[in-house]
Amino acid sequence: MNEGAREGVRDEAALANTFPQLLLHHAAVRGARPAIREKDMGIWQSWTWAQVAAEVRSLACGLAAQGLKRGEHIAVIGENRPRLYWTLTAAQCLGAIPVPLYQDAVAAEMVYVFKDANITCAVVEDQEQVDKVLEVAESVPGIARICYDDGRGLRNYAREGLTSFDELQRIGREYDAAHPDFFMQQVATVKPEDTAAMFYTSGTTGHPKGVVHTQGALIDRSRAACVLEGLTDREEVLAYLPPAWIGQNIFSYAQAYVAGFCVNCPESPETVAGDMREIGPTYYFAPPRVLEALLTTITIRMEDASRPKRAWYKYFMNVATRVGGRLLDGDSVGVGGRLLCALGDFSVYAPLRNALGMSRIKVAYTAGEAIGPDLFRFYRSIGINLKQLYGSTETAVFVCIQPDGQVRADTVGPPVPGVQIKIADSGELLIKSPGLLKEYYKNPEATAEVLDSEGWYRTGDAGYLDRDGHLKIIDRAKDVGKMADGTLFAPKYLENKLKFFPFIKEAVAFGDARDKVGTFINIDMEAVSNWAEKQNIPYAGYLDLTSRAEVYALIRDCIEKANADLATDPKLANSQISRFVILHKELDADDGELTRTRKVRRGFIGDKYGVLVDALYNGCASQFIETRVKFEDGREGMISADLKIMDARVFPAMRAAA
Amino acid sequence: MSERTIGGVILDLRNISLSFGGVKALTDISFDVREGEVRAIIGPNGAGKSSMLNVINGVYRPQQGQIAFHGKTRHDMDTHEAAAQGIARTFQNIALFKGMSVLDNIMTGRNLKIKTNFLQQAIWWGPARREEIEQRRKVEEVIDFLEIQHIRKTPVGRLPYGLQKRVELARALAAEPKILLLDEPMAGMNVEEKQDMCRFILDVNEQFGTTVVLIEHDMGVVMDLSDRVVVLDYGRKIADGLPDEVRGNPEVISAYLGQAH
Repeated sequence: MNEGAREGVRDEAALANTFPQLLLHHAAVRGARPAIREKDMGIWQSWTWAQVAAEVRSLACGLAAQGLKRGEHIAVIGENRPRLYWTLTAAQCLGAIPVPLYQDAVAAEMVYVFKDANITCAVVEDQEQVDKVLEVAESVPGIARICYDDGRGLRNYAREGLTSFDELQRIGREYDAAHPDFFMQQVATVKPEDTAAMFYTSGTTGHPKGVVHTQGALIDRSRAACVLEGLTDREEVLAYLPPAWIGQNIFSYAQAYVAGFCVNCPESPETVAGDMREIGPTYYFAPPRVLEALLTTITIRMEDASRPKRAWYKYFMNVATRVGGRLLDGDSVGVGGRLLCALGDFSVYAPLRNALGMSRIKVAYTAGEAIGPDLFRFYRSIGINLKQLYGSTETAVFVCIQPDGQVRADTVGPPVPGVQIKIADSGELLIKSPGLLKEYYKNPEATAEVLDSEGWYRTGDAGYLDRDGHLKIIDRAKDVGKMADGTLFAPKYLENKLKFFPFIKEAVAFGDARDKVGTFINIDMEAVSNWAEKQNIPYAGYLDLTSRAEVYALIRDCIEKANADLATDPKLANSQISRFVILHKELDADDGELTRTRKVRRGFIGDKYGVLVDALYNGCASQFIETRVKFEDGREGMISADLKIMDARVFPAMRAAA
Repeated sequence: MSERTIGGVILDLRNISLSFGGVKALTDISFDVREGEVRAIIGPNGAGKSSMLNVINGVYRPQQGQIAFHGKTRHDMDTHEAAAQGIARTFQNIALFKGMSVLDNIMTGRNLKIKTNFLQQAIWWGPARREEIEQRRKVEEVIDFLEIQHIRKTPVGRLPYGLQKRVELARALAAEPKILLLDEPMAGMNVEEKQDMCRFILDVNEQFGTTVVLIEHDMGVVMDLSDRVVVLDYGRKIADGLPDEVRGNPEVISAYLGQAH
């Protein structure tokens, strides 16, 4: 079956290398197959590839009739809506460049992009977005035309250049009738080297940068991943993430155009869970936070179930953890395990998958941030083929994908065919791939910073290839340091490893240019106090709880588990955590210890708690510290405490034991 | 910018008096409602606002006075008749079927529009089936309009208060009313829910041209939403006019703030 699918993709590879050509190809080959669906008024409406081709044609002609020219940028703003997806293709047919923008950005944030890309034309979803573009137009002259999909509330807007989508298509059909050859001529001039779309990076520092991708780059990467996973025109995906994010574009646009599968647009962002159950996607992407939220809902609902059901669930989830993941990996499992698993599948896992809308999933990806091993294992153990991938906006997503049967929680898999990987001396990961960005728009300095003359792209991530050729990402390159003996020190990797334990809320690792690693720990008050109550450990408050010997022992166990794990990794075995201290107060953004997005500010903390850092390394068993804190009502106060510092066991580095 | 047109008088109330035994709830009240306007009734607690609404849609029969709806004068209305003529309402205390889904609750608002009889519907055949599909389509339009797709199949009892209020508005809208009576649509809501509700009321008024009569305590809301305001106090009308006029009226100020004696 897979062979046939791959054959299909390969066959099309020879035919079409631009989005307009792909559309025409599907309209001809599978014209009656559904291309896109939208739930409207409670009913799924679908459009076939042939219908989409006709819609795009009239839209492209309409945009051309209104004066959209080759090379011009056109803003596309809204939720996932079929008409907005068609706008992407229509613009691409004319050689114009669609710029999808985040639908929840405020007007002030959009101003920069409109100015930077010289946008004169916008196709938007509804009144909310029209209002924003009109607000932008007050400070950016030259926004001439706005087209909207949903006209609700817009009846009384009298503004020149504001047209409805239907009107634009009507103009397009007239234009098409008057110039019957126009559309095909335009499509013929579009080349794979032409820019397909521009995606603005969020820009945590400075202004957002426009990442320019060519038709060829997006299509090449999409095709590579389709071939790797054997995706066919029978797949169903649910388009529920922001369309301005390149991943959404790749999963629900580029790959759909390459493989010819069907994209489903949910009714509204609130109905995604229900729509997912109705559609039953076969191909799915979710960032870890979405998976975590889903798991939380399941857990909460299970806690409300009756006692026998809860016991049954718990028993079979344990079976799943032992056996389920191994079955999915194709490892050998005994007959007893298989039978138990089959019973579990019948009574627990299958209904659970069904409730999640994941019954039909063939391939699911997660990426974006480190995923907790327990969370990852949960989905795999109930039989969902969840895998990790690595990529970014600049690389058109696909750099590494975990192949079936080689899925691990701590790596992101080997490079996708076509990608070359090199590790710089600094530990930074360099990439060469057909899917790399062409440039940052109008920003040659920024482009030169990330793309060297030989075409290597600097990811800014530090990582390495392990024994099996799987890429392991450990940290941002600028945060990675070296231990005194020259081995790698990746603080965020260690901190994340610790934070995956439910008892540890925050961790701060020190070790750059030192011979050992020491950490500060913040306990998770809720988890630890629950645990303490179950153990009958009395405590007076946060400060008291943190200083209990039992809690220290609990945390030490966690750290030693992490150390045991680190010991199996030859590159990181040296950065096992040898000493730790549990902080007497929670790290807080109000005190400047965390950023507003709750990332630890390692340098600041290192300075503020200098005496504690010294204590980690001078071997003393306790240290007195006095800290100024800001309370929520703005008052300030002092907390002082005598903190214990404890050693944790480190393990000798193991070679290839696992 | 607005294309709203306010037409002639659609509902005219003349010299309405209502009493329960010795308690005079309304005394000799006259005011009118014009087609397409948003008309607010305000007043302190116990002023007779809800009684006024109940007179309009026929829950109470006034002892004196006339009601003219669409030019047809009569002494009182019958609730069923009022609904059939296009007067729909929401209630101060939510009056939905808690165990039924949002969809089914809104469907009940279509009750008067259904022409097939009980037997046909029980067999679910031919015209009954076609009709239900048609009714469902109308209901879906309301659901889309009020943005409650995500709770379509949720039992009403499980919803938070603000959403229940919205479902009640949806049910009233499903009847495609000419006049919509809203009894404290914003009571007990947080600021965001209030803003949403305001937007929906204005949208209903602009998009469908529905005349809205509302009772509300939040003065900011009343002044922003309504075209004309009538003020009641102890069952008497003490002011009637544009929001700005009413706001400046000394009698209104004293009714609301109390007066030093």
